[in-house]
Amino acid sequence: MDVLLAHSPVLIIAIPLLGAFLTPLISRVSDKGRDVLVIATLVFVEFLVIILAVDIYLGGLHIYALGASSPLLARPEHHMAPVRIVLEVDAMSILMGFISATVSLAAAIYSVSFMRRDTGKDKFYTLLLLLTAGMMGLEFTGDMFNLFIFLEILSLSGAALASFRTGFVDALEGGFKYMFISAVASLMILFAVGIFYGQYNLLNIAALAQAIQYTTLDKIALALLIMAFIMKLAGVPLHMWAPDTYSVAPAGTTPMIYVASQACMYALFRVCFTLYGVTLNTLTIGWIVIGIGLLSMFVGVTMAVYQSDIKRLMAYHAVSQSGYMLLGVGVGLAVLSDSQALSTYGRQAMGGGIFHIINNAMYKGLLFLTAEALFYALGTRDLNKMGGIGGNMRYTCVFFMIGALAISGIPPFNGFASKLLIYESVYQFNPMLSVVAMMVSIMTLASFVKVFQSAFTGPISPHVRAVKEVPKPMLGGMGILAAIIVFFSLFPGLIMDQIVEPAVEALINQGTYMNGIMGGMS
Amino acid sequence: MMASPSGCWGPVPWIIATVVSVVMACLIRTRGQKGHKRGVQGEAFLMGNKMLPEHRSHVRAHNIYWGFFQGLKRYYAQATTMHTGIVNDYIIWFLTFLSITLIVVFALELL
Repeated sequence: MDVLLAHSPVLIIAIPLLGAFLTPLISRVSDKGRDVLVIATLVFVEFLVIILAVDIYLGGLHIYALGASSPLLARPEHHMAPVRIVLEVDAMSILMGFISATVSLAAAIYSVSFMRRDTGKDKFYTLLLLLTAGMMGLEFTGDMFNLFIFLEILSLSGAALASFRTGFVDALEGGFKYMFISAVASLMILFAVGIFYGQYNLLNIAALAQAIQYTTLDKIALALLIMAFIMKLAGVPLHMWAPDTYSVAPAGTTPMIYVASQACMYALFRVCFTLYGVTLNTLTIGWIVIGIGLLSMFVGVTMAVYQSDIKRLMAYHAVSQSGYMLLGVGVGLAVLSDSQALSTYGRQAMGGGIFHIINNAMYKGLLFLTAEALFYALGTRDLNKMGGIGGNMRYTCVFFMIGALAISGIPPFNGFASKLLIYESVYQFNPMLSVVAMMVSIMTLASFVKVFQSAFTGPISPHVRAVKEVPKPMLGGMGILAAIIVFFSLFPGLIMDQIVEPAVEALINQGTYMNGIMGGMS
Repeated sequence: MMASPSGCWGPVPWIIATVVSVVMACLIRTRGQKGHKRGVQGEAFLMGNKMLPEHRSHVRAHNIYWGFFQGLKRYYAQATTMHTGIVNDYIIWFLTFLSITLIVVFALELL
């Protein structure tokens, strides 16, 4: 077990990568064997993430240096700076790793039934595992260049998955748009990495954080990185690709592509807090993040309530919910240099934002799966053609209600807990921000009432009378996420104290991350 | 319980309140007319108009919040026009916001 734990950071990335290459081979022998392989791979990854998380919460961050005689040897002897590929996993990284592993597992279980009618499933599962590996790598990497590499893996597999159902006219368009914005974002990130390497001869995040001077070039690199990650996480006004991509991606891969966007939000926070830290003008950058958060919340929800396509509606909500996270963490960033404000409300605003990341991944993932379940059963995404199917699809209806109540911030669901923290702490920074956040929450509820009324209630339409509940594996995928939502709702204090607080500390305390690699070097 | 800036939050009182409300609703329901039979009370009176068939009386998604959308007609006209779906426009937005960010980052440093 100790060996497994010691190598878990690299295994969490390598196992889905290996699984991805084995999938087409096993697929030639047996379809069932392939399904078992994919799910077993993701169960094992989830297990590794959990044991690594427990160890990190008890004993601090984990370092893994590839190619070294010992995984802990980040810097070769007689070298002043780390030159190897280094993974550095702290409480914030592992929180994101848990989200990615859980949503990937739920998506794979869900897809077993959903994809039964499709061809090319060997390619589908290969891409699904590659996307998992890309997300994990992005979240665990300790250097900027590998962050770019894993972002590329994530983007390529995400674009291929979005355009997988080529039988639908809009699938290729959705995939192309995702590919396009990913290519632009990656290019900007590579440009920023080049700026760092040119100036400091370093790529490692911890070493860069120690050396960074916040020169003119660093400011340009910061702007490039912020805008690239905002584009990837679909922050307004760079969000326009999201509804087109999320609405066409098959089955469980929509929540996965959404979680991949959240991984890019993690990268944004890592750059702002860990790479630049207090060297940057935190108030200015904090307000930029807050501004984009506000725009995302407002534009996202107003466009969502306007939609009649259930997946486009969900996609706009994904944009809107990202705004809450940017708002909470943005307030923490704005007061990072003011220790009194940080301790009074900044930490709690960040806690609310980070708690909202994990909450949102679960209930947004669940809602995307329920939308796909409706599409699977009815063959349409148009809410105008639905009605009265709550009786025929009871379990899907219950799962939808759990997700909808949670995302709308209705107590006692977990969405309320994270939103409450954001409202109260952000109010102390600027009351108007809380007012907007609450108004957005009301509109969120209104749009999910619209979906519930249109799809599940009312007299049953003649052409949906024969509709049946979706197969059990699809219910199982939704059930995993619903169970986690209920657990988080019942024990918000436990999640805050044990998972979210260490993640906030990991972001704020830049020194711990730097010392993990650089030790006592100055 | 979870600490919040104004005190603390726990789901247990809400769950108890929900259970009590559901029990009370069930008790009230049991006091309803036992002889009620569905469909024999006659049709609803809708301003003298003939009732539509049941499946046609359902309010469809595009009609929900019609008044809200009418009130914000100008906003929605603007917002939907901005969402062109053309990738060239995505780059214009990207470059515009990148420029604004750079100006903000550099200009505020000078103040």
